[in-house]
Amino acid sequence: MSLAAVAMNPEPVAPESVHSSAFVELEKVTHTYGRGERQVHALTETTLRIEKGDFVALVGPSGCGKSTILKLVTGLIHASTGYVYVAGREVGAEPVRVGMAFQNPTLLPWLTLLDNVMLPLKIVPPYRQEYRRKRKTEFRDKVEALLAQVGLAGFSNKYPWQLSGGMLQRASLCRALVHEPQLLMLDEPFGALDQFTREELWGIMQELWTIHRPTVLLVTHDLKEAGFLANRICVMAARPGRIIDDSVVPFARPRTVTMTYEPDFVLMTHKLREFIVHAQPPKVSTMIAPAGAPQ
Amino acid sequence: MNTQLRRRIASAALIIGVFVLWEVICLGFGIKDIVLPRPTQIITTLVTRFPAIWPHAVQTLYETLVAFAFGIVLGVALGVLVGSSRLAYDVTYPLLIGFSSIPKVAVVPIFVLWFGAGTVPAILTAVTLAFFPIVVNVATGLATTEPELEDVMKAMKATKLDILFNVGLPRTMPYFFASLKVAVTQAFVGTVIAETVASNRGIGNLMMIASSSFDVPLVFAGLLILAALGVGLYVIFSLIEDRVTGWARRNDEFALG
Repeated sequence: MSLAAVAMNPEPVAPESVHSSAFVELEKVTHTYGRGERQVHALTETTLRIEKGDFVALVGPSGCGKSTILKLVTGLIHASTGYVYVAGREVGAEPVRVGMAFQNPTLLPWLTLLDNVMLPLKIVPPYRQEYRRKRKTEFRDKVEALLAQVGLAGFSNKYPWQLSGGMLQRASLCRALVHEPQLLMLDEPFGALDQFTREELWGIMQELWTIHRPTVLLVTHDLKEAGFLANRICVMAARPGRIIDDSVVPFARPRTVTMTYEPDFVLMTHKLREFIVHAQPPKVSTMIAPAGAPQ
Repeated sequence: MNTQLRRRIASAALIIGVFVLWEVICLGFGIKDIVLPRPTQIITTLVTRFPAIWPHAVQTLYETLVAFAFGIVLGVALGVLVGSSRLAYDVTYPLLIGFSSIPKVAVVPIFVLWFGAGTVPAILTAVTLAFFPIVVNVATGLATTEPELEDVMKAMKATKLDILFNVGLPRTMPYFFASLKVAVTQAFVGTVIAETVASNRGIGNLMMIASSSFDVPLVFAGLLILAALGVGLYVIFSLIEDRVTGWARRNDEFALG
């Protein structure tokens, strides 16, 4: 496999198909936090298209606007200029079901695992209308089945403080998926876990995606994670935040952790790393004295 | 369970010990009962004059509970309002602090002027004392809700009301119950103050009359009644608190139940 294939840019899109085929689309979007002198340009003019059912990873250093894109697509914040379209309409106009998982599990400590995972069914239509009727029957079974899928069978009556970080993160993924979202937003959901738990959850995430096929936007620092999970990787650079590369991941599914140690895969992550490192402005503080140098 | 039982025994022993010590000191130093009556005298007074004391105790308890109920409603409503946004918090806080700094004894005459002596001023005084800790705690609980928890809800397109009922209020419960325990004792203080100043019923009034006729054992009997009522209400709210907010203290019994 050649490097060119790895770093292949998506084909240019004909303008007339713009708001019909892509499920998520950012059109010349910028975002600025704060006002006046304390303004921070989190994102400069960015255009991004994500097809329905695709799995896209955003990688890059801190402060490159990854999470800003996530929040824009979710509608938690609004674009300063430009347009964000979801399902062909401007974001917020169409009731799209969104699931979200963060670096912290953010489960509610006063609810059992079952009730925590069931929360979206209580809030999101059309489940909301049926919640009172079905929470003890159909919904309960649905949640239990999902918990079993991530290896949490038998834990549904536990409270969050009784479980480990890895278990909480699994539950958090279940909560993001239980209402069968069309759009799944993952904001470094595996970032705080140890390596083995993380790799296990990659496998689970891949399986869940294959079954439910939501459109996924994953924000991560971990290039290996992006390569393992995503169909497409967008590399971002900081100050100002922007997308500097957009590549398709060519490896067949289901992918395995062993695969991430093969030369093709290593070559790809290495190339992504180069993009990020060279886009960084040089920093004085990163200079390290050579080993054994006199103090 | 064993350690818990031991703690309860120790706590009961301390209470009994204090009374025994009191009795011994009074007897040993020959203190007159017009200065400090002995516990046995107080209890004797309480038992023999119970029919006379009872209506006053009921009146005080009634006023306190009504005031407490109003205090909760008012306190939670204001607390939700104040805690709902940074702006509301900053704007209303100075006024609230100013209001709470007024000595409540000073407002009793005003209430009497408006509503006449009796039950209403007692209830109003108790409300003004009881609602403030509830407002502060509910507002603090809401204002310190983790933004990530709200983001989870917002991503689901939850309404403000959804967020309040599913995240804000449950998270505030530990703060709320902590304030209830303060508020209930404050409500007693308010009731008794008002009864002392302007009423012809209630434990406060009973103690006023008793002290003016130098019936000191009766004054202390009144105090004992107030203490017992206060402890009783405190215990009730502690029990409810345990059931509702066990998650905040990671109580394993809560998890089992």
